[in-house]
Amino acid sequence: MAPDSMPIARALSLPRSERKPWLEVLHEWVITVDHKKIGVMYVLYGLLFMVAGGIEATLMRIQLAVPEARFVSPQVFNRLFTMHGTTMIFFVAMPILFGFANYLVPLMIGARDMAFPRLNAFSFWMTAFGGLLLYFSYVGGAGVYGAGSAPSFGWWAYAPLTSPAFARGHSTDFWTLALLVSGVGTVGFGVNTVATILCMRCPGMKLTKMPLLVWLNLVMGGMLFFTISPLTAAQLMLMIDRYLGGHFFDTQAGGKATLWMHFFWIFGHPEVYVLIIPAFAFLSEIVPVFSRKAIFGYPIMVAATVGIGFISFGVWAHHLYTIDMPSYGQAFFVGMSLAIAVPTGIKIFNWLATMWGGKIWLATPMLFCVGFLFQFLIAGLTGVILANAPFDWQLGNSYFVVAHFHYVIVGGILFALFGAFYYWFPKVTGRMMDETLGKWHFWLFVIGFHLTFDPMHIAGILGMPRRIWTYQPGHGWAIWNMISTFGVFVQATAILIFVFNLIHSYLQGAQAGDDPWDAWTLEWSTSSPPPPYNFAVIPEVKSRRPLWDLKHPEDPDWQYE
Amino acid sequence: MSTVPAAIPSSWATRLPRRGHIGMLSLVAAESAIFSIFIVAYIYYIGKSLSGPTPRQILVVPVFGTVCLLSSSLTIHLAVTGLRKGRARVFKAFWAITAALGAIFLTGTALDWRRMIYKLGFTIRTNLFGTTYYSLVGLHAFHVTVGFIMLAIVLIFALAGKVRQEHAEKCEALSIYWHFVDAVWVVVFTVVYIVGR
Repeated sequence: MAPDSMPIARALSLPRSERKPWLEVLHEWVITVDHKKIGVMYVLYGLLFMVAGGIEATLMRIQLAVPEARFVSPQVFNRLFTMHGTTMIFFVAMPILFGFANYLVPLMIGARDMAFPRLNAFSFWMTAFGGLLLYFSYVGGAGVYGAGSAPSFGWWAYAPLTSPAFARGHSTDFWTLALLVSGVGTVGFGVNTVATILCMRCPGMKLTKMPLLVWLNLVMGGMLFFTISPLTAAQLMLMIDRYLGGHFFDTQAGGKATLWMHFFWIFGHPEVYVLIIPAFAFLSEIVPVFSRKAIFGYPIMVAATVGIGFISFGVWAHHLYTIDMPSYGQAFFVGMSLAIAVPTGIKIFNWLATMWGGKIWLATPMLFCVGFLFQFLIAGLTGVILANAPFDWQLGNSYFVVAHFHYVIVGGILFALFGAFYYWFPKVTGRMMDETLGKWHFWLFVIGFHLTFDPMHIAGILGMPRRIWTYQPGHGWAIWNMISTFGVFVQATAILIFVFNLIHSYLQGAQAGDDPWDAWTLEWSTSSPPPPYNFAVIPEVKSRRPLWDLKHPEDPDWQYE
Repeated sequence: MSTVPAAIPSSWATRLPRRGHIGMLSLVAAESAIFSIFIVAYIYYIGKSLSGPTPRQILVVPVFGTVCLLSSSLTIHLAVTGLRKGRARVFKAFWAITAALGAIFLTGTALDWRRMIYKLGFTIRTNLFGTTYYSLVGLHAFHVTVGFIMLAIVLIFALAGKVRQEHAEKCEALSIYWHFVDAVWVVVFTVVYIVGR
């Protein structure tokens, strides 16, 4: 296809700017309101915290490798799992996913920027500041009492562990402030995403013509309002308790510790879907392109996503089967938690149907997507198992749960994310990522992932509780823990290859051109990397695959949609 | 970048919702979730305090403040309608009345809190009721204060003659926030002064 046959959205050829002094470059990035630069900053920031969270995980796995180890003290271990969980959810997963959304949504809807560019910059810097506050607790958490350093109550911070009597010093304050501040940034991002998608679409892009990635991020952005805000409210209550002497979670004054549990999980469970829906979004773009087929069941995909969005707000108490809850309450949450598997299953079948009969091209992005399909299926099935209250009474708070949600977050979300990195890296940098290194990364990561998390299911069924600092020999847990710890090092090697690949390809990768994957959405119609204004001429679309229409004028999509 | 052709055809642009509206409605959605959590906590803790005083002994129903706040929804609507029609004086008058009604409400709350805190010694620490009452009513009063500050800023610009017909959309976005604050008060009032008493 000749480049000139694509009249829409060619970038104007501006003279390549001279190399600027680094201070000027830094200044440019700090003051930027460009959605692409902010997106890249989100991603780099998330990767930085991923290193911190990964080191914490590795230290924990070393401690658990053999029975009765003394690698770290119990206090340090408690801090490690608290910081690991908080970091990975709030300062790794969310920022990286938001970064991709920030970068891709305006490009995919043919807009020049987000609806509120300055709010966008504000949101990013709030999130960044939140992460710094959290890690500052290692330095400033001791406070006047000389007690504590980083918080040590687990990422869900159940009362009364956070009350002034039990959480002395300032570590809890840093934790709660960090989440409050980054929560403000997150809601700002949600407002911006929803407004951008609803108000900034290019001519012809009706809601029914939007790429699925945009649709899914619209649902995710809308969910953020009802996901993050309850957490913000709960953090405000915790602060009122800690700073002003309130009694929200003070059992001595009639308060209920279980109320915090409910408030936290009203945030906590929809949050899982906030993270997985952007991962679904990546699959919905990558799988069709690498199967050389349009997505199967577009309207059903949208409906299933909206369905997941709604149902996800009615499942939170499946984290709380073991607290006092009436049987009809348990029955309700069992029913809802099983129901949410239905739209999720529909999505998996749709991706499979997209691949069915397609001309599958197993490049690295697609490999990660196929990995996602296998692992997310298992993650979903263990989820269905745990959704049953009687089963959960046995396995709640065991390593089976740890295995389940790491299967979702690592085996699902992180795999989709890696796929997205390999798929959109050429657009962001103008260079391809190295395929050989990519294959090494994929296979080592698959092996490391399964070595780490598969044995945890077994250790959990054998009765190993989560969040234990060490264990005695003779339970039959030792071998599984040893394998897990070994797997972590395989994963770490894969991650190192990935980071090396990122840097190496950025400096020396093959030139990508505008459209290396022969893809169909608008971001591939502009140059790589896109100019600051994205599109020289605002494109006009007629179908869900505008670039297909351009490349195949004899058989355009809009004749069928 | 002056060579970049100007944007979207206007026929399409008018079919899309306005970003100010969508942005404000999104914010309202997020805020309503925060209020919901505080309201749930309030309702859940009604009658659970282990010590006195009880709401019936303390609370005085703020009838005047409520009437003022709720009628300010009408005045801000009239102000924005006036601005859309280009009647600057109508806008200024009703906008000023709206801000004044908000100020009356806040003054009422402040006086009420002074009575409770200094005369009766009832604070956020006193009991569970005090914690939930001051946080919920305080959260709302905080939102009214933010709204009042925004109203006052617009009023200053209006008095300086800087607010014109083309700003109607922005003022309307602000009015969405103000209507929301009023609507929340209806719920808070019902929960605190009717159900909770």
